[in-house]
Amino acid sequence: MRHFWLELRKNKVLFLMILPTLLFFAVFAYFPMVGVYYAFTSYSFEGGLFGSEFIGLKNFEFLFESGVLWNLTKNTILYNLAFIFIGNILQLICAIFLSELPGKWFKKTTQSVMFLPFFVSFVLVGAFVFNLFSVNNGVVNTMLEQLGLPPYDFYLHTAPWKYIIVFFQVWKGLGYGTVIYLAAIMSISDEYHEAAKIDGANIFQRVRYIVLPMLVPTFILLILLALGGILKGQFDLFYQIIGNNGMLFESTDIIDTYVYRSLAVNFDIGMGTAAGLYQSVFGFILVVTVNAIIRKTREDYALF
Amino acid sequence: MKIKTEKSTVAFNAIGYTIITLLTLACLLPFLLIVSGSFTAETEIIAEGFKLIPDQISLDAYKAVFSNPAQIVNAYKVTIGLTVVGTLAGLFLTSMAGYVLSRKHFKYRNGLSFFIYFTTLFSGGLIPWYILIVKYLGWKDSYLALLIPSMIGAWNIILMKNFMKSIPDSITESAKIDGAGDFTIYWKLVLPLSTPGLATIGLFLALSYWNDWFLANLFITSENKYPLQFLLYRILASAAVLKTNVAGNLSPDFKPPAETLKMATAVVVTGPIVFLYPFVQRYFVKGLTIGAVKG
Repeated sequence: MRHFWLELRKNKVLFLMILPTLLFFAVFAYFPMVGVYYAFTSYSFEGGLFGSEFIGLKNFEFLFESGVLWNLTKNTILYNLAFIFIGNILQLICAIFLSELPGKWFKKTTQSVMFLPFFVSFVLVGAFVFNLFSVNNGVVNTMLEQLGLPPYDFYLHTAPWKYIIVFFQVWKGLGYGTVIYLAAIMSISDEYHEAAKIDGANIFQRVRYIVLPMLVPTFILLILLALGGILKGQFDLFYQIIGNNGMLFESTDIIDTYVYRSLAVNFDIGMGTAAGLYQSVFGFILVVTVNAIIRKTREDYALF
Repeated sequence: MKIKTEKSTVAFNAIGYTIITLLTLACLLPFLLIVSGSFTAETEIIAEGFKLIPDQISLDAYKAVFSNPAQIVNAYKVTIGLTVVGTLAGLFLTSMAGYVLSRKHFKYRNGLSFFIYFTTLFSGGLIPWYILIVKYLGWKDSYLALLIPSMIGAWNIILMKNFMKSIPDSITESAKIDGAGDFTIYWKLVLPLSTPGLATIGLFLALSYWNDWFLANLFITSENKYPLQFLLYRILASAAVLKTNVAGNLSPDFKPPAETLKMATAVVVTGPIVFLYPFVQRYFVKGLTIGAVKG
């Protein structure tokens, strides 16, 4: 304790400079952790944190036995797997072509356009979906009509939404991920290419035997890091595309949308907190596991 | 021999141009649809639906939007205010924290780094956080609820700390010998050398404020406090009506813009970003690759 006061006096200014940040995290991150207690209560607004009735693990039991938790977990993980793998592979392909193709103007323009979606809000994605798939006057139905086909009511079928959701997630991250892979490609020494050219390797062979092997570590690292967050959902994306459309929930409900609805639609605080706590605990275990794997293979890239 | 290599290069380029062009079009198409939708006549939408290229160009939707722009102007004011204040305050706090944690002589830097980092690993979840803000802080329908919660991010602090660590000690040491205090060193020496890092984090912050609709959706109830994206969301969901000065019954074949009005609002709300981002993108790419080397 004496040491602490000495240090505090010595580095008064440093402590003062970081104090607002520490307060911020204490209030907005650590104080809510106490609130996971709601998960074990039947929450009432008047009762608040400690005045609500304690019901033990009942909320978890319901989530588990009703199958809700299993469906949410399955959806969250499957969507994330699709986002991660399709996204990374497309970004990798774009980066390889953008680094090897001739034509400066073409590359600059296309890269800029691909980066555009990253900068717009998810509300605009909602506007796209409305414009494309609205039953009465969406672009898709206009086209079907012009071809003499009957209109298709997207809001009565669950099947297309999986692809729509994956499309827009990949769409939004394409430019950003491409930049990361491009940076990795740029760090490959020209000497490899020159030596391969002298040996008569064509461009396909150079991509296959130089670029791809050199990118594998980056690819695996990015995939691993993303897998650590596989239980975290893209709330903005799902909410702007699906909203509160209950018809589509079975295949489009993820943990984050369920928690949000518990709060804003069903007012089931205890149940929502329980689902959120489940997500946090298993998410924590996942990140720690992933980090242990990275630490073993490429220590300098470990998160902690 | 030479012809053979050229052939494979031609094939490679052909595949490359095709794939990149297709992906670029896929990225661009949704934007084009919104823009073309906003320039279509309402009657055409009702009769035939949205198309990529409208039969006739109509400015009705924009006329309607600008006939009574008070709502949009107000939302612009809210969003610009939040973005400017939030980004500047966020940058100041983030860079100070990053500076403190990058000081090697500061004994508690590892402990405090962990205190901040741990929040990215575990959280209490949305609901306890919501109850904190509404019940314990009393920020329902307050600008504070839009401003404070996204001001400081753990990843931004880590990025800043790593960036400042890479500034050579010799620069700060000599200032220290001359008797400069910690804040002076931060403000006069370290901050000016950290501009690439500041630019990246500033962009992240500005984007998150500009594009926020989630916080407004949770906390804001008065229409005059809606930020831009949330206003757009409400209009798209037909939960709010954009007030216009367009009379409904001028002639039998005139329809006041409704569907097209949504599209025009989307354009008016998003436009600035689309025009600004080519300038911003360059700095962003630079900063991103700095951060990517070691996150």
